Amino acid sequence: MENVIGRHKNLANLVVLLLVIFLQVLGLAIQVKRPTDAGSARLIQVWSVSAMTPFMKGVVHSQQWFTDTWHGYFDLRRVRNENRSLRDELALMRVEQVRLMEDANQARRLQLLLGFKETYISQTLPAQVISTTGSEFSRGIYIDKGSHDGVKVDMPVITPEGILGKILRIYPTTSLVLEINDPSSGIGVILEKSRLQGILKGDSTGTGELQIHYIMSDEHVEVGERVFTSGGDRIFPKGLPVGVVAEVAPATDRTFLKIRVKAAAQLSRAEEVLVITKVEDRSPQLADNGQPVRAVDVLAERLPTVTPPAKDASAAEEKPKSAPGTATASGTGTTPKSKPTTGPNNPASGAGQTRSTPTDGSKPAAQVISPNTDASASHDRNPSGTPSKAVAEQTPTSDSTAKDNPR
Amino acid sequence: MQITYGREERIEVYHFSIWVTVLVPLFALVLQAFLPIRLHFFSIFDLPLLVTIFFAVARRSQISGLMTGAIIGLLQDSLTHQPLGVYGISKSIVGYAASSVGAKIDVENPGSRLLLTFCFYILHQLIFFAVARGLVGADLRWIWMHEVRGAIANSIVAVVLFYLLDRFKHQ
Repeated sequence: MENVIGRHKNLANLVVLLLVIFLQVLGLAIQVKRPTDAGSARLIQVWSVSAMTPFMKGVVHSQQWFTDTWHGYFDLRRVRNENRSLRDELALMRVEQVRLMEDANQARRLQLLLGFKETYISQTLPAQVISTTGSEFSRGIYIDKGSHDGVKVDMPVITPEGILGKILRIYPTTSLVLEINDPSSGIGVILEKSRLQGILKGDSTGTGELQIHYIMSDEHVEVGERVFTSGGDRIFPKGLPVGVVAEVAPATDRTFLKIRVKAAAQLSRAEEVLVITKVEDRSPQLADNGQPVRAVDVLAERLPTVTPPAKDASAAEEKPKSAPGTATASGTGTTPKSKPTTGPNNPASGAGQTRSTPTDGSKPAAQVISPNTDASASHDRNPSGTPSKAVAEQTPTSDSTAKDNPR
Repeated sequence: MQITYGREERIEVYHFSIWVTVLVPLFALVLQAFLPIRLHFFSIFDLPLLVTIFFAVARRSQISGLMTGAIIGLLQDSLTHQPLGVYGISKSIVGYAASSVGAKIDVENPGSRLLLTFCFYILHQLIFFAVARGLVGADLRWIWMHEVRGAIANSIVAVVLFYLLDRFKHQ
């Protein structure tokens, strides 16, 4: 008798299992057939994210506070030397910047002649990474900024090193970022030297590797070639660094190349990111008199954002004087009309994008177009935990392209 | 509490307080989402799966096992951008299977726990791939080496984790 009851019980349990699976399959089928609007979240997702993210935010922010307190107040042993070397570096950078400004000015004049429209990153929002999706097959991260902070679906997310992903789903105080190495992600990219365009996707094995698709097998692609966004996806502005080609091999079908890319950004280890909240299409800038803006004028507005003490100023000016062309830059000393907002790195393989624009909506105080930019920009933070201007703003570095550019 | 199966079989059934039932899976989900930022290698582990197996095996009730698996799986799904149900189905079946096995064999010693977790991890991944490819149409590829490595890593962690969670058991 007990055996019979036990057998019936097992059968009933099996029926329940099948019922639960059937319901979930049905739910899956409905979701796959009728996907929700991009960015909208189901109630269960809102609940679970709302339940879990406060804890994660608490841990991340406490850790940040302790780290900032330690580095900002206690661990200051090497700061003096570091400060000195940074000042030297800054002076060299100013020299370099003047030269690049001249190149940029020339490029701007040419663009003006050709009637180009450029894409400008005019506003970014720093955010902290608070967690991942917890799955190898869903490459995504949660950031601590949501709809309350003005984040919207499809906004690009970048780091100082390169692009990271785009906003996929928004919640009031958090957002889900789909990383570029997710198999469902797709980004228009262009190769620096060969100018070939393709689509960058995550590897379907779940290993988190990046591959460029749809480049014909008869094309020549070099290992080490840099990859930038092409702007073709209408999400990422053109010219942002993506990574470098790590491996080139013929694909199994022999039609396309199999190009593996090493991401410029540390995708799985990013702790702070920038959300590009505003991108504008503008024609090259003109001065009030209708002439293209001169590099020295731009520099005059850009450089002395903070008036240094007399001692610091003399130290900073010593170096530039040793190089030709720097007297103009360092000697201007004008106060900027307005404080520029953030603008991320700009690698620009032709049409540069990074601009610093004033927050008051007036004419941009500074424009930078660097033909090529080293992706490894410095990444320091202020004590409040948000990336400082050094993170967000462009620090042009020397490059062979710029050097070879004829005047 | 004891349940009698047949004439001679006697197996122990464990219960957990409501706090443990709710907080342990939640904590596992939070850790699963949070730790890979700081410890990249952690993404190979599947703590929600280990918690599902532990509860299912300890309670030895098929309904309880499959419901635990379904809820934990759906919560895990809700953190991803995939449709809800991929992890839900996988963990429902694993929960059901684990509770069925738990009622039949000794699952208290570390050796059997190691083996059990290894097998259930592979089963979970197989179901996950089948559902993700067959129903969702995801472009995933099965790599045996990766899965076996994951199974070994999870089995080792399971032995330690189960030992810690044993303290919350009420007979």
